[in-house]
Amino acid sequence: MVKYLVSGLLFGVILVKSEVVSWWRIQEMFRLESFHMYGVIGSAVATGILSIWIIKKFRIKTWAGEPIEPKIVPFQKGQIFGGLLFGFGWAITGACPGPLFALIGAGFSVVIVTLLAAIAGTYVYGLLREKLPH
Amino acid sequence: MIHCLRQPWPWYVAGPLIGLTVPLLLLIGNKNFGVSSSLRHICAACLPAKVPFFQYDWKKEAWQLFFVAGILAGGCVAGTLLQNPGPMRVNPALLAEMKGYGMNVSFPELIPNSLFNWRVLLNLNGFLMIAGGFLVGFGTRWAGGCTSGHSIMGLSNLQWPSLVATISFMAGGFFMANVLLPVILKHLTW
Repeated sequence: MVKYLVSGLLFGVILVKSEVVSWWRIQEMFRLESFHMYGVIGSAVATGILSIWIIKKFRIKTWAGEPIEPKIVPFQKGQIFGGLLFGFGWAITGACPGPLFALIGAGFSVVIVTLLAAIAGTYVYGLLREKLPH
Repeated sequence: MIHCLRQPWPWYVAGPLIGLTVPLLLLIGNKNFGVSSSLRHICAACLPAKVPFFQYDWKKEAWQLFFVAGILAGGCVAGTLLQNPGPMRVNPALLAEMKGYGMNVSFPELIPNSLFNWRVLLNLNGFLMIAGGFLVGFGTRWAGGCTSGHSIMGLSNLQWPSLVATISFMAGGFFMANVLLPVILKHLTW
């Protein structure tokens, strides 16, 4: 489990140092006032696509020798409705779930409240799940 | 070296590094990169209830809790050892607009202090940050993923439903940031 802790640590450092955890950068992105976030997400996706292509092409296995199977994502309507609601929340708080953890670590203790609200949101989704379109 | 690391990292350094998290997690344990489902595991672990959505063996997904604990620790390293000594550079047009709503923008930090602090928690500013957080948790779970799970991992694996989700994230964000949020900010007391 230490390997996941270390992976998370590296990811957290990158999130803060690239300022993608910043409320300002997120506002700039949604108002087309800066290229930064588009550059980050675009080059991250390009790197990810190339990586998975290489893994599949050369049938690279995990360290433990298992075959690697990246997840298949089936379509459901929540990707639209939930996606829009998450977009609202992202623009208000300037943070998606990863940055919430990173900001708390970086010393912005009040973000704990936003994280608890996000946990509450997840819980309420769990309660209402049967009644929502998917 | 340390001086260089303390400066804000440009997108062409940070983006590829974030992208490399995808093969890293696949190689070390066949794990799909994603953050928001950790919130579901926290619910399953901490909130006892007969809700079917939270009745599963969350311990099998415990790696993700270690991953987010790592993100928190990484934030701590970046916020102390590697802290940027200067103020953030923000687009002047955005600063001017926020100043017009009454926000204090004299020394911008990563997040605006006049929107996010313990003192404003009990008034409308605090409500905004709680409502926003709620939407993040509710929306990501309904969508089945967040920016990492859909926009980075899903797109990296060329999953078209993740593209639908990403477009929805962006559409919601554009609408909130340009249409609703300016109206809300105008009505806050600072």
